[in-house]
Amino acid sequence: MYFGIGGGKTSCSTGQLPSKELFQSNKLWQVPALKDGDFILTESSAILIYLSSKYQTADHWYPSDLWARARVHEYLGWHADSIRGVFGVPLWTKVLAPLIGVHVPEEKVERNRTTMARMLQQLEDKFLEDRAFLTGQQVSLADLMALEELLQPVAVGYDLFEGRPRLAAWRERVEAFLGSDLFQETHGPILNILEQMVNKQIPKPPPEVHLFMLLRISNIP
Amino acid sequence: MGLELYLDLLSQPCRAVYIFAKKNRIPFELRPVDLLKGQHLSDAFAQVNPLKKVPALKDGNFTLAESVAILLYLTRKYKVPDHWYPQDVQACALVDEYLAWQHTALRRSCLRALWHKVMFPIFLGEPVSPEMLEATLAELDVTVQLLEDRFLQNKTFLTGPHISLADLVAITELMHPVGAGCQVFEGRPRLAAWRQRVEAAVGEDLFREAHEVILKAKDSPPADPTIKQKLMPLVLAMIQ
Repeated sequence: MYFGIGGGKTSCSTGQLPSKELFQSNKLWQVPALKDGDFILTESSAILIYLSSKYQTADHWYPSDLWARARVHEYLGWHADSIRGVFGVPLWTKVLAPLIGVHVPEEKVERNRTTMARMLQQLEDKFLEDRAFLTGQQVSLADLMALEELLQPVAVGYDLFEGRPRLAAWRERVEAFLGSDLFQETHGPILNILEQMVNKQIPKPPPEVHLFMLLRISNIP
Repeated sequence: MGLELYLDLLSQPCRAVYIFAKKNRIPFELRPVDLLKGQHLSDAFAQVNPLKKVPALKDGNFTLAESVAILLYLTRKYKVPDHWYPQDVQACALVDEYLAWQHTALRRSCLRALWHKVMFPIFLGEPVSPEMLEATLAELDVTVQLLEDRFLQNKTFLTGPHISLADLVAITELMHPVGAGCQVFEGRPRLAAWRQRVEAAVGEDLFREAHEVILKAKDSPPADPTIKQKLMPLVLAMIQ
């Protein structure tokens, strides 16, 4: 399996490039990507569902119940339109854009901040409500996808959970469920990204990915 | 009350849900929600979908938003032919992969093309700068090329030899720029041939019926000022 920090397509900027062979098959230059024998799969939600089905993981991750599964898909659909792309922006404005000498205008940073606040409200009101987890009383793929995305702005100094006790309690529950060892192992690289930047430990992106990075930056609304 | 679907066929995911339900003879009550009149913003509709978006589904006391979730719910509940969303783990994963990709790629490009080329200038009376329009159409071109090169390749359908949810979701997206007058299939014989196969698989009549609204979008009368004021913030949020 191939991963990069921060989800999305950012690994291309850290210099840890997957094999050329995978690039050719995966023209989107995207992580995560999965290779299982000859079978190659991209898109995080598709990979999570594939792993859940193939390895018959505990039912709560991707419930077999018609309604419970529909709730997971409802979240994943909303997540793709409303969470992804929005919560990744602070990492771009604070870390990745400066890495190639680009400054994102304050107006865009502010707009992103407003959009994040609106989406967090929807996340609380429509999905979390008074439940333990986003799609029910047990943790599912939805919680995993959501938490990972929300931790990106947290890593660069946005306290998204301040003034949101329900959401903060949800975060605690998901983290407790995953266990602190796994959590630390998974989030070490992202949670100290600012420190890495200050110490100039983040490798300069190779020139061939600059164009892609500029395109991503110009797409920030 | 049985299955109710809240749809406006102006919306691309609504067309996918509509075609899927009709093609598979799933009985439902159509609950029209007129987006251009702002009906999705009403309190009554918020009871069905607090996100105030179409499509939405109501099945007894169960309500569900998000087109992909709705399509998958219908697939499982009504036991439709396997090719739509195969039981085979890898074949199914390829459909999931496409459905995830389109959210951030084709959906964005097709929506922007329609709004920048037609709905802003004609319906809302707001001019779009030539630079903005050019950038939007260039992005659409890149995304459609990706669809052809990365997903369709030389296959009959996007994820294999048979039609799946991926094809339905893709064709209903592409008809958005077609409705705006963009020639997305021109110079792309592989994609044009795929379109013919998809249309034949769902049935020409059903396909035409589902796309009547979008193909007339160019002739929308201008919005009245109250409606425009109501819709503008949402349109801007959606299109940014």
